[in-house]
Amino acid sequence: MGVYNDMTLKDIVGKLEMRVETAEEGLQKEVTGGYVSDLLSDVMAQSKPGDIWVTLQAHPNIIAVASLKELAGIVIVQGRKPEEETLKKAHNEEIPILVSDLQAFEIVGRLYQMGISGMR
Amino acid sequence: MTEQKQDAPLLEQEFTVEGGDFIHAGEVSSKIKRILKDIGISQEVIRRTAIATYEAEMNVVCHAMRGKFRLAITPDKLVIVVQDEGKGIEDIDLAMQEGFSTASEQVREMGFGAGMGLPNIKKNMDDLNVTSEVGKGTRVEMGIFTEQ
Repeated sequence: MGVYNDMTLKDIVGKLEMRVETAEEGLQKEVTGGYVSDLLSDVMAQSKPGDIWVTLQAHPNIIAVASLKELAGIVIVQGRKPEEETLKKAHNEEIPILVSDLQAFEIVGRLYQMGISGMR
Repeated sequence: MTEQKQDAPLLEQEFTVEGGDFIHAGEVSSKIKRILKDIGISQEVIRRTAIATYEAEMNVVCHAMRGKFRLAITPDKLVIVVQDEGKGIEDIDLAMQEGFSTASEQVREMGFGAGMGLPNIKKNMDDLNVTSEVGKGTRVEMGIFTEQ
């Protein structure tokens, strides 16, 4: 029940000045909600398909989580560099990785302003 | 349909997980999810099974030397048995408590070891049975009915 219509990762990247690290072809994916957490089990339990996931984790297992939960994409905060293996997996699974220099609180606030909610 | 036929698995498959292999961690869960999708299991059952298998897989990766996953699909149920070789669990009741974890600091920094593994499995499966022998390994058997 969002107030927005068909927001894509591409819209978000354009507005929030994030770097697209890989899987550019996945940027047309629709974002239907958001989740923020650095605990993998928590993301597994609580995130919803179509979520954009904000985290400071940059290791390869975030791709397994995003893929299993069918998340739209991952935002890595504080300009952290994803590991090489993370990028490889993200490319294979077509899960875009976006990197922002901002902190999680700031990113989530801006996503919320764009109409993305954690509630369904 | 006879009773006998109903109990016989339609499909059985085995997978191996290496302890400490954080690069490939999650791949067995992905494979299982793909199989369930291919045979037309409902989305809700797939969603719940994916959470449970991921947690079981990460438990092996974080705590054991290696583990074997066996997936058996019958017409009315999915059963997954995970048998690992590892240090085992001293107090299973404690391990079932949310927030309890014996994971190393390094593993926690990666976002694992939040003490949510077994509780997440329990929440998502219809049944869960954990047995363990300290110094040898742990066996996790979990099942979920395909009709929810």
